[in-house]
Amino acid sequence: MADAAPSTTPSTGPSSSGLLPRTHPLDVRPDLTEQTAGAVVAKPLTTAVQVRAELPGPAADAAARVLGVALPARPGTWVATPAGGRVVWLGPDEWLVLDPTTTPWDLEPRLREALAPAGGAAVDVSAQRVVLELSGPLARDLLAAGCAVDTHPSVFPAGRAAQTLLAQAGVVLLALSDDGRHYELLVRSSFARYLADWLVDAATEHRARRA
Amino acid sequence: MQMIRCPWCGPREEVEFHYGGQAHVPYPAEPAALSDEEWAHYVFFRDNTRGAFAERWSHSAGCRRWFNALRDTVSYRFLAVYRPGDPRPVLDQTPTAGASS
Repeated sequence: MADAAPSTTPSTGPSSSGLLPRTHPLDVRPDLTEQTAGAVVAKPLTTAVQVRAELPGPAADAAARVLGVALPARPGTWVATPAGGRVVWLGPDEWLVLDPTTTPWDLEPRLREALAPAGGAAVDVSAQRVVLELSGPLARDLLAAGCAVDTHPSVFPAGRAAQTLLAQAGVVLLALSDDGRHYELLVRSSFARYLADWLVDAATEHRARRA
Repeated sequence: MQMIRCPWCGPREEVEFHYGGQAHVPYPAEPAALSDEEWAHYVFFRDNTRGAFAERWSHSAGCRRWFNALRDTVSYRFLAVYRPGDPRPVLDQTPTAGASS
């Protein structure tokens, strides 16, 4: 299995850690993509910073200057940053910044130094969540097996986000495309193995059909 | 399953929410002046309304925000949801109309 990597080096499994020198919780599920009929891919660990700011306000303006994009004001949405990351609406004064191109020790201080004097806050939560990518024709079927949110592209197109429950596990669901075939699923690290197992189970019928 | 409309996230399943008791219970203006009995009334005593009841709810599995809701305690129907700080909405219908006793 993938957790055989030497302890002195970052893990090198298929779902491995990217910029963050840490073992990926799903390194123990190297066959996740295969077992979900190609629908689920565990993404490399991603830098994540939680931002608190009043919107509109000087702290939100400061965050926008650092990120290069305004914090999304509309509930249940996310926006892309010029750096290749995402800013996800989590609450009327709370956002999650995801950026796979940088490290927490770079992004968190930059945001905090800009936000703190203006009354905002930025906290590194990179260890909190794991990102799963759902794609293809099965993506919505798998979600529908355990999630009540309407993911039809007419109401959940690219740019929409939802914090909800998937198979009783708290997740953040991001729609990446307008065709209902591309989503990202953010799940807490401690729930990642459970959710991966659940997704494999939900994909059983599709796996059998494909075989 | 009943859907509850979060003022921010929109309609979600009720399992995503937590109940927070009666809304609009004012904090005592002069806490130090209260007798034990008055404290007990503030802390523990709540209305037991039949019909429209203003309650606090938390969208705990979603945006984790508190909001207020007017719920019909007979039919369990949510008559209105509104954000904290907003006044209790005035209903133009009889709350328990249509609900079987």
